[in-house]
Amino acid sequence: MSTAEQESIDAARMAKKLNRQHMADKLFRFTTLGFALLVLAMLAAIIASLIYGAFPAFREFGFGFLTSTDWNPVTNKYGALNTIFGTVVTSIIALAIAIPVSFGIAIFLTELCPVWLKRPLGTAVELLAAIPSIIYGMWGLFVFAPVFSEYIQPFLAQTLGKLPIIGALFQGPAMGIGMLAAGVILSIMVIPFIASVMRDVFEVVPGVLKESAYGLGATTWEVVRNVVLPYTKIGVVGGVMLGLGRALGETMAVTFVIGNAHKISASLFNPGNSIASTLANEFAEASKDLHIASLISLGLVLFLITFIVLAIAKLLLIRLTRNEGART
Amino acid sequence: MNTIYRKRLFINRLALLLALAAMAVGMLFLAWILYTLLARGLSGLSLAVFTQMTPPPGSEGGLANAIFGSLMMVGFATFIATPIGILAGIYLAEFGNRGWVGPTTRFINDILLSAPSIVVGLFIYTVYVAKVQHFSGWAGTLALSLLAVPVVVRTTENMLRLVPNSLREAAAALGAPQWKVVLSVALRAVRGGVLTGILLAVARISGETAPLLFTALNNQFWSSDMNAPMANLPVVIFQFAMSPFENWQSLAWAGALLITFSVLVLNILARTLFSQKTSS
Repeated sequence: MSTAEQESIDAARMAKKLNRQHMADKLFRFTTLGFALLVLAMLAAIIASLIYGAFPAFREFGFGFLTSTDWNPVTNKYGALNTIFGTVVTSIIALAIAIPVSFGIAIFLTELCPVWLKRPLGTAVELLAAIPSIIYGMWGLFVFAPVFSEYIQPFLAQTLGKLPIIGALFQGPAMGIGMLAAGVILSIMVIPFIASVMRDVFEVVPGVLKESAYGLGATTWEVVRNVVLPYTKIGVVGGVMLGLGRALGETMAVTFVIGNAHKISASLFNPGNSIASTLANEFAEASKDLHIASLISLGLVLFLITFIVLAIAKLLLIRLTRNEGART
Repeated sequence: MNTIYRKRLFINRLALLLALAAMAVGMLFLAWILYTLLARGLSGLSLAVFTQMTPPPGSEGGLANAIFGSLMMVGFATFIATPIGILAGIYLAEFGNRGWVGPTTRFINDILLSAPSIVVGLFIYTVYVAKVQHFSGWAGTLALSLLAVPVVVRTTENMLRLVPNSLREAAAALGAPQWKVVLSVALRAVRGGVLTGILLAVARISGETAPLLFTALNNQFWSSDMNAPMANLPVVIFQFAMSPFENWQSLAWAGALLITFSVLVLNILARTLFSQKTSS
């Protein structure tokens, strides 16, 4: 065999080998693509199955389902307004408390905290997010609610309850459990989420900007107020929306403390019901088809609301990082 | 002039004081919850908790079947979610910058990350439980794995993005095909970080109650049959805590202590693992 022949055989073998590697690369690429598409398919499947399961209820009640306050498994009549109301009200209370506290925590962690404490305290805040929600529920029902009804509710009734207009929100029996208690527990649960997003976006503010402001004689608060906050406002709103998404869908903690009553009441002291707590309480025991379909419709409504809120949060946070890239 | 300075200083002090108070409030609640768990859970914790079955109301018992069920379901769910999450994460980090699939998947994955877990339970109920007509351990496993996937995807992608491109280029220059560059070089370089993601996913799903309520349901007896309703810690805690029976409630606190303790240990473990990985 001549060397030329040998070379051409070698070249052919090499080409074959390269070809095989090429195929392996393609295969690898398409496998990973397949799994990425699987994640997309999961979302599509969740929405499709909920629509499918909810269909009987929408056929029966139409869009009246969303505006009716009827919820009665005995007469087989269902409407979602009570639970939507409970979900929205508890989430608003949660945000009203969580936003200022998270803001304070984020300022503390980024501007005040000595460096050696930054890590442990940051981890501690994140651990607050790791505690399972059922633990918040038990703690809320057995430990927080008694304290709440004994000290905080009478105090609120004495002060805010005496005011005109908003006073109606803080009246009624101080039972501990109810929509206000659920909102407070929810706020503790979403504080770590909002605080860690705020801390992360505060940290992207270029040091030069802050130092320039300090150089001009600004106080720490003025730097936060006039430099950090304007620079990161999109991210801050994104973090808040992320917290809102969490609060809307939170199940176990709310189920323990909201009181589970299918009614809309003016006072926040009264028990109510959220979409998630209704599902947790009734789904396993529901036997009538229409009852099940109505519960799945509630799930669909909840999923769509949280989807929109979380999508807005995500878009805002993406915009912040994109601006960040454009500036540097 | 002096008053303006004084006012600014005062506002500054007030704002920083409030920030300190906010931090204190957060830590207070963490300490309060942990204290409650220790105070109420330790008294109920004994050897019987690990060796005996969940009791009927009024008699003695433990949580053995619930602990076993939880371990089984979380274990299988992790087993299912890990390969899916890692492969999808690889696509996002290595190939996902062009076209529509990468950005869309990244976006959807981040939404699934915070989506209400009870809806995932509903989903598994409609597509699986309603079809086979019974609650089962597998249904619970599926629900949990759906919740674990987004966590693994997110951390895998983030970790792979930390790998400097020069490392990939060096491997490619030696003639390594791309799959080898990704699996044996890039993924290997950040395996600690990927493991962190898996641990966080385990921590996340082991405390989940809502998706198990109508998938795995509950079982009063020892059962290793994944095709039958299965006892699990979170649902047992829920049922026992809401009951009026004292021995059930004390078992619920013991279970709550166990779950929180393991979740927190997993979290801390994951964090130390990751910080070692990035600092070295």
